[in-house]
Amino acid sequence: MTSPILAAALKGPAGRLDMLPYAALLDLSFERVGEELHLIMPFDETLIGSPGRLHGGAIAGLLELAGLLTVIAAQPEGEALPRVRPVTVTVDYMREGAATASRATASITRLGRRVVNVQAQVWQETEGRGGRDKPIAAAHINFVLDWPQMAEPLEPAP
Amino acid sequence: MTSFADQVGQFMGPFIGRVPHNKRLGLRFITAGDRWVELQLPFAPQLLVDPDHGIWASGPIFTLMDTAVGMASMLARGAFEPHATLDLRTDYVRSPRAEATVTARGECYRMTRQIAFVRGLAHDGDPADPIAHVAGTFMFAASKLAPGWQG
Repeated sequence: MTSPILAAALKGPAGRLDMLPYAALLDLSFERVGEELHLIMPFDETLIGSPGRLHGGAIAGLLELAGLLTVIAAQPEGEALPRVRPVTVTVDYMREGAATASRATASITRLGRRVVNVQAQVWQETEGRGGRDKPIAAAHINFVLDWPQMAEPLEPAP
Repeated sequence: MTSFADQVGQFMGPFIGRVPHNKRLGLRFITAGDRWVELQLPFAPQLLVDPDHGIWASGPIFTLMDTAVGMASMLARGAFEPHATLDLRTDYVRSPRAEATVTARGECYRMTRQIAFVRGLAHDGDPADPIAHVAGTFMFAASKLAPGWQG
């Protein structure tokens, strides 16, 4: 994902993410909350996996996008944007995803030039769902950045 | 005699289509064995994260593999029992080719009284050249020995 339009949009206080078709499918919007970028996934019947519960894949998709967009938003201004791609994603499912809205955010453990290590969490704020202290799932994601000037393979060391 | 896998094969197609999120993505059943299942996700523009470059979002591939290994664990259990995903790890080896149909094969390689250990891969035409690998565990509510597995 290299869209400067997306990077610019993420600097705003809130908005929708319809420029990413899969985010539009999940009906995602974002909010800036202090230093954090939050993604909000409203409940919809099309997110159901087992009866009455969110599909684990939709929860993983939300976590991956929270990580991806946090990495894009963390890139320095004024530089060409790298393509950011997830290489390894590990999701722990801690509580069932109830038929209600979910909110996800991510934090960068290490921001490297080639590799970014990210932790993401998702929780539900409806009454009885425990809020942020009781995440329904968490992910550890390692992203690799492909910079435009690194498009050519590096020469092997002699 | 009809095996559980045969029975499952007969209704898994319609069952997959009834799971709302699978239906939303366009996921479909292909075939199943005693402890494995094969599913497909045909390309659709709504599955992309970067439409300018035709790059798939990883979420739909994760969902495809989650569903495949979850169904494999039910097949290996020999019964439809309540179970929950403990964890799933996906390694994205490479991006799918543009507008490819992605196929996932999930298997349960070990079943204990409470835990199903699963693994799987996804490819875009050649299983020898996968786009992603998955490994994970599911936990069953009941503690019991499933038919055909050592305790």
